[in-house]
Amino acid sequence: MSFWEYANPVKFLTLSERVLPWLWGSAAVCLAVGLIWGFFFTPDDFRQGSTVKIIYLHVPAALMAINAWFMMLVASLIWVIRRHHVSALAARAAAPVGVVMTLIALFTGAVWGQPMWGTWWAWDPRLTSFLILFLFYLGYIALWEAIEDPDTGADLTSILCLVGTVFAVLSRYAVNFWNQGLHQGASLSLDKEENVADVFYQPLLVCIAGFVLLFLALVLYRTGTEIRVRRTRALIARESRVA
Amino acid sequence: MRALFVRDLALALRAGGGFGLGLAFFLIVVVLVPFSVGPSPELLARIAPGVLWLGALLACLLSLDRLLAVDWEDGALDLLATSPLPLEGVVAVKAGAHWVTTGLPLVLVAPVLGVLLNLAPAGYAVLVLSLALGTPALSMIGAFGAALTVGIKRGGLLMSLLVLPLYVPTLIFGAEAARRAAQGLDPATPLLFLAGITGGVLAVMPFAAGAVLRVNLR
Repeated sequence: MSFWEYANPVKFLTLSERVLPWLWGSAAVCLAVGLIWGFFFTPDDFRQGSTVKIIYLHVPAALMAINAWFMMLVASLIWVIRRHHVSALAARAAAPVGVVMTLIALFTGAVWGQPMWGTWWAWDPRLTSFLILFLFYLGYIALWEAIEDPDTGADLTSILCLVGTVFAVLSRYAVNFWNQGLHQGASLSLDKEENVADVFYQPLLVCIAGFVLLFLALVLYRTGTEIRVRRTRALIARESRVA
Repeated sequence: MRALFVRDLALALRAGGGFGLGLAFFLIVVVLVPFSVGPSPELLARIAPGVLWLGALLACLLSLDRLLAVDWEDGALDLLATSPLPLEGVVAVKAGAHWVTTGLPLVLVAPVLGVLLNLAPAGYAVLVLSLALGTPALSMIGAFGAALTVGIKRGGLLMSLLVLPLYVPTLIFGAEAARRAAQGLDPATPLLFLAGITGGVLAVMPFAAGAVLRVNLR
C-alpha cells in the first residue's frame, strides 16, 4: 500500500468520495465555530477596536494563498517527474482557489488598512509581493485556459509554476529592498512564544484549521470534476469515432 | 551556432520594422511621458530613471512575440530542432540575437532620451551600465515567455501577462541603481544584485525555455 496508488484516477475518486463529506463537514464546523467565536466572543482590542476581528479572515486567507501556490509547485513537480495525471489536474484545480484566497487577503487587508493606516493601499513590501503573487496566479490560469491539448498544457504550466516560484521568491525579497514596510510583522511564527494575545489566538487557530480543510475539500472536489470532465471528453471522442 | 546567430541578425536587420520599431517605440513612450505628467523639470528629473527603464522594458517586450513565432509558422523551428545544436542552445542564441538587435540599441539610445527627461548628470553612466546589465536578462526571460506561448494563436497578449511579472526583480534593481546614481547615492548594491539576477537567468533560463519548446514541438 503506497501513497502513489492514488495516482490511479479510480482509486483517487473512491478515496476522495469517501473523505469529502468529512472534509466539508469539519471545514464548515471549524469555520462556523472559529468565526462566531472570533467575531462575537472576543473582546475589542483597546487600540484597534472591533477592526481587529478581520484577522480571522485575513491571516488564514493569506496563509492559504501562499500554501496553495506551494501545493501547486509540489503537484507540478510530481507531474514533471512521475507524470501522474491526477497531480497535474490537482495543480490546475488549486489555482482558482488560490486566486480567491489572494483576493480575500488583499481585500480584507484594504478594509482593515483604511481605518488603521488611513489608506486602502500602500506600496509596502508585503502588500506588493501579494499583488505580484496575484499576477502570477492570473498568468498561470490564463496559460491553462489558452492551451487545448491537456498534456501540453500540464507540461507548460508546470514549468511556468517552477520558474514562477523562483521569480516570486526573488520578487518577495527585491521589494523589501525597494521600499520600507508599513505592514506589521508576521502574526504567526514558530520561533516566538506569543505574537497574538491568547484570547484572539485560539479562535484564530480554529479559523486557520477551517481554511485548510476548506482548501483541501475544494481542491479534491475540483480535481474530481476535472477527472470526470476528461473522461466525458474521451467518451464523446470515442462515440463520434464510432458514429 | 554562429550561423544561426548571423541568420537571426540578418533577418532582424533586413525584415524592416523589427529592428527600428523597438527604438521608435521607446522614443514615443519617453516623449509621451511629459505630456501625461507635465513639463516641470524637477518632476521629470525625479522620474527619469524609472521611465527610461520602463520604456526600455516595454520596447523589449514589443518585439518578443516575433522571436520564435516566425520560425514556428514556417517550420524552421522544426528543422532547428533536428539539427545537432540542442534546443537550449537555439533559444539562447535567439535570445542573444534579440538582445543585439533590441537591447543593445536601447542601451545606446537611453542617454539621449535621458536628456529629454532632464536626467541628472550623475545618472548617465550608471543608467547605461544598469541597462547593459539588465537587458540581457529581459531578452532571455522573454525568450522563455515566447517559447511558452509559441503554439498559441494570438499568444502575444498572453505572453505579456506571463513575462511582465517575471521582469519585476530586474526592473526593481535596475531602476533603483539608476535612481540612486541620479540622486548622488552609491549604486553598487543594486547593480550587484542586478548582475546576479542576469547571471542566474542566463545560466538557468535556456534550459527552462528549451524544455518548454520541446513540449511545444511534440
